[in-house]
Amino acid sequence: MRAFQALVIVAVLSGAATLAAGVTAMRPVLGIVLPYLALAVFLAGMVARVVWWARSPVPFKITTVCGQQRSLPFLRRQPLESPFTGWQVVGRMALEILLFRSLFRNTRTELTPRKNLAYQPDKLLWAGALAFHWSFLVIILRHLRLFLEPVPRMVGILESVDGFFQLAVPTFLLTDAVIVAALLYLLARRLFNARVRYVSLAADYLALFLLLGIAGTGIAMRYFWKVDLVSVKELALGLVTLRPVLPEGVGAIFFVHLFLVSVLFAYFPFSKLVHMGGVFLSPTRNMANDNRARRHVNPWNHPVPVHTYEEWEEEFHDKLVACGLPLDKE
Amino acid sequence: MYDAGKILAGLVIFLLLVTTPVWWSFAMGAEVRAPKLVLPEGRRACVLPTGEMKATHMELLNRWRDLAVRHGDRVMTTWDGRKVRRSLTQSCLGCHTDKDKFCDRCHDYVAVTPYCWDCHVAPRGGAS
Ligand code: HEC
Ligand code: HEC
Ligand code: HEC
Ligand code: HEM
Repeated sequence: MRAFQALVIVAVLSGAATLAAGVTAMRPVLGIVLPYLALAVFLAGMVARVVWWARSPVPFKITTVCGQQRSLPFLRRQPLESPFTGWQVVGRMALEILLFRSLFRNTRTELTPRKNLAYQPDKLLWAGALAFHWSFLVIILRHLRLFLEPVPRMVGILESVDGFFQLAVPTFLLTDAVIVAALLYLLARRLFNARVRYVSLAADYLALFLLLGIAGTGIAMRYFWKVDLVSVKELALGLVTLRPVLPEGVGAIFFVHLFLVSVLFAYFPFSKLVHMGGVFLSPTRNMANDNRARRHVNPWNHPVPVHTYEEWEEEFHDKLVACGLPLDKE
Repeated sequence: MYDAGKILAGLVIFLLLVTTPVWWSFAMGAEVRAPKLVLPEGRRACVLPTGEMKATHMELLNRWRDLAVRHGDRVMTTWDGRKVRRSLTQSCLGCHTDKDKFCDRCHDYVAVTPYCWDCHVAPRGGAS
């Protein structure tokens, strides 16, 4: 049901964009106004989110570690699982962000037929998530050919690697198949695993359907309903050089693609997708496990008027001496 | 704010990355302009209407290849009744004689590198 709600939202958005793209007067809105608005919302929203997170207090050092911390010299330590210095944190974060290290530890809990509770490693989610995110990144980097002039060599190289199989014309790109397969797997996981379905909200499906819509229109545009890429690049360059133009004769499907992308970008800072920025600010990952060496001050600590033993000894120094009591100072 | 320096640096990097397209052409000092194509002289029209040609010439070539090589069907009749041989080098490059100033200019602009030229040889004057 919640999946259905999300599907309806994406279907209505795509339908509205299709209709609007057929109306000449609406094209500047779809092609220029909404992309600018979406980008502004995206950038402002991301910055506001990050600043908000950065301002929240961190009462405790709550690194979650998965390995031997720095200890006695003869104990072998694991700097990436339990980082002690800043660079080790960087290494750990890199593993997390580039390879989803913590998801690699994902386990599945199941009742065996004999009603025993069994835990087993579940690498499928890790593989699916990695496949999706990396193909997403490669696709975005390849799209730079529409936004950069001159096109950097890297983009061409990336495209030729992606089109390694040299199948069909225009060349079939591997990431196009991978991103759709990965998204369908992530969707199927929510739909067919009863426990995951139980905890899935409409927003979880919405992100998936939106991304499927974007990938679907993009793929359709590349392989089936060709648009004139030279005009598209003119439009894209116009947007980014702040001299927007609207070339004639770009197919309607391009505007649907662009509209769904605009929706995604505008929605991004308000959705769970904001984990793109959040992962950098997760205190369980980005803090060094150096509690024993460096004091972490809790900002919530109420200023308590304390009277230390040294001060007390100072205060009653003469009396203590007179009684013949031993002093720490001496 | 904890680690304000690092977080602000991260935000600046994020903004710079996202806005790459905005500063890129300034930084590279490049002129942003659609490619100037040298069109064949003395010819009226392409094998399909120009608008269609711009968007779908790769599909047309693919179809030509299949028809010519697999079915031996090497001649097509255009919409305005001309007969054209289905050939990459003889027809396309027969009219568009300078590949460098036509096909390549466009392809460089959108960074596509058709691999056809691994085998097919462009007529002289249009090496690469
Ligand atoms: C108006 C600009 C333009 C001109 C002129 C042009 N092309 Fe293209 N060509 C393109 C674009 C844009 C693409 C990429 C389409 C895509 O990726 O969807 C392309 C793609 C191709 C492809 C498919 C490449 C691939 O691997 O995906 C072939 C083959 C091709 N062109 C052949 C030619 C030939 C041969 C000529 C010269 C006779 C030519 N083109 C002239 C714009 C142009
Ligand atoms: C009979 C000669 C002839 C043949 C054969 C021919 N073309 Fe053309 N082509 C032209 C002419 C003339 C134009 C310019 C039409 C115009 O200005 O409207 C043109 C325009 C084009 C354009 C659009 C350029 C633009 O204005 O952006 C493309 C792309 C193109 N041709 C590709 C090809 C390809 C690929 C082939 C082979 C399948 C081919 N042509 C075969 C004569 C030809
Ligand atoms: C592996 C080498 C190879 C590659 C790569 C290749 N071709 Fe060919 N092509 C051939 C051969 C061999 C023939 C057969 C020639 C004949 O029968 O006249 C041919 C024939 C053709 C023909 C019909 C005959 C003619 O005279 O042109 C077309 C059209 C064609 N190729 C288009 C393409 C296009 C477009 C590409 C790039 C997307 C391409 N080819 C890439 C080898 C290649
Ligand atoms: C979240 C961002 C985006 C995603 C995930 C995305 C996804 C895709 C995918 C999967 C394709 C199929 C072909 C390929 O992989 O290159 C595609 C094609 C395309 N996209 Fe996007 N896209 C995005 C943003 C944009 C934007 C902002 C534009 C605006 C200029 C755009 C314009 C195009 C065009 C013109 C094509 C056709 C390319 C071709 O014919 O080769 N996309 N997109």
